[in-house]
Amino acid sequence: MSAPAGKLGLDPGVIAECRQAARQIADQVAEEISGRTTVSVERSVTRLLGVDGADAVEAPLPNVLVDHVHERGGLGQGIAHWLGNAMIQTGRSPQQLAEAVSAGELDLLELEQAEDGAIRERVSEECAARLREISGRFEERRAMRERLGDAPTPLRYVLTATGDVYEDVVHARAVAEAGGDIVAVIRSTAQSLLDYVPYGPTREGYGGTFATQANFRIMREAMDEWSESHGRYVRLSSFCSGLCMSEIAAMGAWEGFDNMVNDALYGILYRDINIVRGLIDQRVSRMINGYFGVAINTGEDNYLRTADAIEAAPSVTASQFINHQLARDSGVPDAQIALGDAFEIDVPVENGLLLEWAQAQLTRELFPDCPVKYMPPTRHMDGNLFRTHAADTLFNLVTVATGQGIQTIGVPTEGIFTPHIHDRVLGLQNVDYVFNAARDLGEEIEFKRGGIIQTRAQEVLAGAHALLLRIAEIGLFQAIDEATFGDVSRKVDQGRGIEGIVRTEPGYFNPVVGLMREPAKADEASYA
Amino acid sequence: MREVDLTAVRPYADHLGDGLVQMSFTLPVPYSLAARKAALELAGRMGFEEPEVVHYEQLTEGYTYFVMYGRCVQSVDFEALQGEGFDIEYMSEDEIERFAEEHLHRKVVVVGASTGSDTHSVGIDAMLNLKGYHGHHGLEGYRSFETHNLGSQVPNSVLLAKAIEVGADAILVSQTVTQQNLHVHNLTELVEMVEAEGRRGDMILACGGPRVSNELAKELGYDAGFSKGTEPQHLATFIVRELAARVASSG
Repeated sequence: MSAPAGKLGLDPGVIAECRQAARQIADQVAEEISGRTTVSVERSVTRLLGVDGADAVEAPLPNVLVDHVHERGGLGQGIAHWLGNAMIQTGRSPQQLAEAVSAGELDLLELEQAEDGAIRERVSEECAARLREISGRFEERRAMRERLGDAPTPLRYVLTATGDVYEDVVHARAVAEAGGDIVAVIRSTAQSLLDYVPYGPTREGYGGTFATQANFRIMREAMDEWSESHGRYVRLSSFCSGLCMSEIAAMGAWEGFDNMVNDALYGILYRDINIVRGLIDQRVSRMINGYFGVAINTGEDNYLRTADAIEAAPSVTASQFINHQLARDSGVPDAQIALGDAFEIDVPVENGLLLEWAQAQLTRELFPDCPVKYMPPTRHMDGNLFRTHAADTLFNLVTVATGQGIQTIGVPTEGIFTPHIHDRVLGLQNVDYVFNAARDLGEEIEFKRGGIIQTRAQEVLAGAHALLLRIAEIGLFQAIDEATFGDVSRKVDQGRGIEGIVRTEPGYFNPVVGLMREPAKADEASYA
Repeated sequence: MREVDLTAVRPYADHLGDGLVQMSFTLPVPYSLAARKAALELAGRMGFEEPEVVHYEQLTEGYTYFVMYGRCVQSVDFEALQGEGFDIEYMSEDEIERFAEEHLHRKVVVVGASTGSDTHSVGIDAMLNLKGYHGHHGLEGYRSFETHNLGSQVPNSVLLAKAIEVGADAILVSQTVTQQNLHVHNLTELVEMVEAEGRRGDMILACGGPRVSNELAKELGYDAGFSKGTEPQHLATFIVRELAARVASSG
């Protein structure tokens, strides 16, 4: 998937300066969030050590375990430290230890302390074995994907959201039947602010279905069955967002998910999650996604739903540069970084299509090795489903002509309710028609020198360049405070989940981070 | 040219009185001639005459989608419905901003939460958070509002303390999912606390949720209640108008 090179007459020097500024910004972020962990990061460690299940009052065992240590003031050492020690002292597995703690039979902090080196060795061994197990499953999945084959890009990404996982299965089958390549189950609205992941299959949700490991498994089994019987691989996606983004990454890895929305900025801006909490969680969440070959989707498209699509275009491009660098710093290779972009210019804007075309082409030229996740018009779509269907047709045309890697399909009933089963099929039929009819249009097109499209792309890049230089000067946190993204302002010392940040102590240990920094399978990309 | 009989109106497609309705739906049955027959029969039972399937196809095994037309023979008395006060005039976001600028000359301070055991912040978020609802910004996105969204599972005492601390003009309570009549208890408790603090006159009290109605809200001592389908600008319209009226009457 190579982007058509250089149709926009962009200045390579400006692009290089943008990348340099993004590196500087990402380094500052790393510095600001260093020396801290969060309750959800620690819970992810327990999950990657095999802890699962819930107690009698439905509190997930990872929470029980982490809260147990946190209440006793020990979390600054890392949950792995206490688990490793307890494994040595009792000979029990992390799961057995979690159950004993939950039953009130064991206090991890009162056990005799083994020597630090021995603890690290024991818990790293356990963690490495689990990672090998998950990697093995990932390899099987890769083999299945290769055997069954992928559709040509742009991959068609479709959202389902019934609230009932068993209904989601029916909807997902209809999506697969109509040519969808990636099924994403939208999460219940309430979930992003829960500081735990609910346990078990769920049949009630608001605006979506709870992301639980059991629900992941039910969807995965249904889609694998469909893929095998129809000879085409269907990918699954969920949302590493909200207060549990790193835990969901771990759960998705266990259950063989292929894609994940992964962008802390969304939660920070639109769910008022604390900036530091969000970015610490994101770093680990992306690390896990990157390691297990999961493609991440970033959320720049959302800015255009709250800020004006024409004026805010440079903030989208600037954010793409930053997100790209932050993802790379977490070990995610380019081929797994699907940067966000959206087709959100209001319908009556004259030459709006040309401006959209410029923006879409710009993203492709700036990040030629990233798949990009291109989002349909939503903000200005009202109940007039016929107009929405027409707008989606233009969106589909720009998608195929600019060679986007992943396209979230538009549905005619956008803005009315979460789509009904047939709405997605109508959307996919529109996509098929346009993709097929204009398959190689991009190869045929060159843009007029100094014309509307070239000029617009150059202006957006120049705006992004200025913005990046400013952010590099003041730092990302101050930029967010100044409402640079989506017209929303958030302060670094406020927001939800702030109480879940824990300062690490000198003996802090997290085996996952260490093991994942080793050369991973992630350099072979799923979007080669 | 024929006059439209406003006492008996029905859908208009090609000519007056034809009653033609376009509809589409899915039936959970296998794609087949029997499926088509089922759709026609169903449309007949809905009261449509001369139903016609113009398109049908399989969505996935066991599910068939239909596009249909039918002739509606029912009619409604439009004349009787006019002048019954159904046309509530809400202001748009821009109009609210202008209204607030003209009449209030300061920011309207609003504190909101989903109270008691309710873990669902979806309602209060839809009203207060920038993202809003149905493509309409929540009050956080208005220049004329200063909002404090305390989230879910907030005790009434915490909500009231915050309201007093920030000098709130209005308190908004959301009750999304409740069992038995827990929401009534929760809502009543807050009113009693506000009154006990002697603040009832200083603040607008409004509540919302799927089981809340304006009638219930007033009965419980609130100034207004908002039910399903409420958009942020509806709430904002109520608040700025009510506040302006209070400012005007206090001279």
